[in-house]
Amino acid sequence: MTSATSPALHTANERRRTGSIAWHVGALALLAVVLYPVIWVVGASFKPSKDIIASLDLLPTKPVWANFSGLADGISGISISSFFWNSLMYAVLAVVGVVLSSSLTAYAFAKIRFAGRNLLFTLMIGTLLLPYHVLLIPQYVLFRNLELTDTLVPLVAGKFLATEAFFVFLMVQFMRGLPRELDEAAKLDGCGHLRTYWSIALPLSRPALITSAIFTFINAWNDFMGPLIYLNTPDKYTVSLGLMMFRDQEGISNYGSMIAMSLVALVPVIAFFMAFQRYLIDGMATSGLKG
Amino acid sequence: MTLVKEAPARPAGKRSDAPAAGRRGRRRENLAGYLFMSPWIAGFLLLTAGPMIASLYYAFTSYNLFTPPQWVGLDNFTTMFQDPRWQKSVEVTLKYVVVATPLKLLLALGVALLLAQKRRGQGLYRAAFYLPSLIGASVSVGFVWRALFSDDAIVDRTQKIFGLDVGGWIGNPDYVIYALVALSIWQFGAPMVIFLAGLKQVPQELYEAAEVDGAGPLRRFWNITLPMISPVLFFNVLLESIHAFQVFGSAYVVSDTRCGPADATLVYTCYLYQKGFKEAQMGFASAMAWTLVIAVALVTAVLFWSQKKWVHYEEAAK
Repeated sequence: MTSATSPALHTANERRRTGSIAWHVGALALLAVVLYPVIWVVGASFKPSKDIIASLDLLPTKPVWANFSGLADGISGISISSFFWNSLMYAVLAVVGVVLSSSLTAYAFAKIRFAGRNLLFTLMIGTLLLPYHVLLIPQYVLFRNLELTDTLVPLVAGKFLATEAFFVFLMVQFMRGLPRELDEAAKLDGCGHLRTYWSIALPLSRPALITSAIFTFINAWNDFMGPLIYLNTPDKYTVSLGLMMFRDQEGISNYGSMIAMSLVALVPVIAFFMAFQRYLIDGMATSGLKG
Repeated sequence: MTLVKEAPARPAGKRSDAPAAGRRGRRRENLAGYLFMSPWIAGFLLLTAGPMIASLYYAFTSYNLFTPPQWVGLDNFTTMFQDPRWQKSVEVTLKYVVVATPLKLLLALGVALLLAQKRRGQGLYRAAFYLPSLIGASVSVGFVWRALFSDDAIVDRTQKIFGLDVGGWIGNPDYVIYALVALSIWQFGAPMVIFLAGLKQVPQELYEAAEVDGAGPLRRFWNITLPMISPVLFFNVLLESIHAFQVFGSAYVVSDTRCGPADATLVYTCYLYQKGFKEAQMGFASAMAWTLVIAVALVTAVLFWSQKKWVHYEEAAK
């Protein structure tokens, strides 16, 4: 309708439309490259083993279920569900630990004025930049002396003790942003810190808690080095170690099933991502910005 | 890079509320503070500070887990510096950091600039580009990578079209590190999201003013966008290079579990793992760990020192 009145606007509109098309073509092309490995693994799990590497077709010509049904046999007498169960236990415990301990710590940093707070906060931020290598060996020695290797304890102990500084930081930022009037009102009503934490700070910090919870779940689910160091009997193995065992023992004879299990292992992460992507991305973005 | 810059909590202003509560109230606040902090304090002492001191001690001992550590002075360090495999691991790690980090950040910034334009479906693209950052560390993706870069798979075949036959990157010591670099670059979504958030904060008026002055898109990027997002760029450079120094899982999974072939993917952490957990040389491995900590601290210090020259912080902020 503007085009009828002004030819200049008409061309401007047209240029904008070509610009928009070019933008989408570019973004889609890039997307195809970036998501290729993900689509590839979906297609590959439905191909016969011998075709997986050799065939360049992204999707199988005739999908087969053999790779998935092959998983029912387990690996060297351990059922696949055992790996998933162990990973789930690890991830759930990690989430509970991180949410509880980090939110308590964050509440203290954000809402309680106590002597030494600034010093402790600086120390906490310092641990963010510390390479974990320096802790790897002494922590192993510690848990070995306590006879806790081959259990989940070494993997989740730190989560219950707020050592995940990134999440503490995220929650501190969030709680500092909560209106002060609420704490003051709570105080006037005679609420102590525990009540204020539990019935005001915690519910209002839900977005930060959700972000931390999902990241923790995914990190624990993907964790490889922790289980590699601490777990040594196959029935305690998480999915990551189960996959490695699969590769070492049946990687050649049963390649298709190994790829199928890789896909199944990705499913929870992708599902969480699809359900909560906004929380995850906004949480990440905040980490670099808010002061 | 507000993360560190503004690390100390709010400037400790005077307690304006309830001055009458006085010393007793303050003592109660202290008690409450430390009670809430107690999990963190326990974690810090037991799992961070204590172990750091222990590993500093181990670094000067010979320790195999079964007999008590024996003081050997600087032996671990002198052996380490002369150890050809240690030198190799430093070389591999530096190559990985220096190649992967800039390329990853360049791609992240490029895509962020693309996504910063207001277009339909922007959020969906952002999410899709972010996905690799969440799954990239998994063993599953390690296997996918191994498959895609192996002999006769897609990368190899594409390369053959151009007359280059290297027999797949995974099996070729000259190429396998670039499969790891590719895996790192693939996870550009995390820094991209941070760039995007930074780009959103650049005041639109600056661009409008520049346009009035006749500045082209390149000038505008160079003189407005880049200085305005330099704190975010600094944050990303710092975080990504520190992460790159610590890479382990992908090297272990994508290559064979020995970080080969021919030690071509023997990244620092992989060698540390082998020394500590395969050969039970806890003293040597601790010496390696502390050397890494010092190296990372130096890199961090240099980056912080350099930021005075190129990172632009808004004076007016707050």
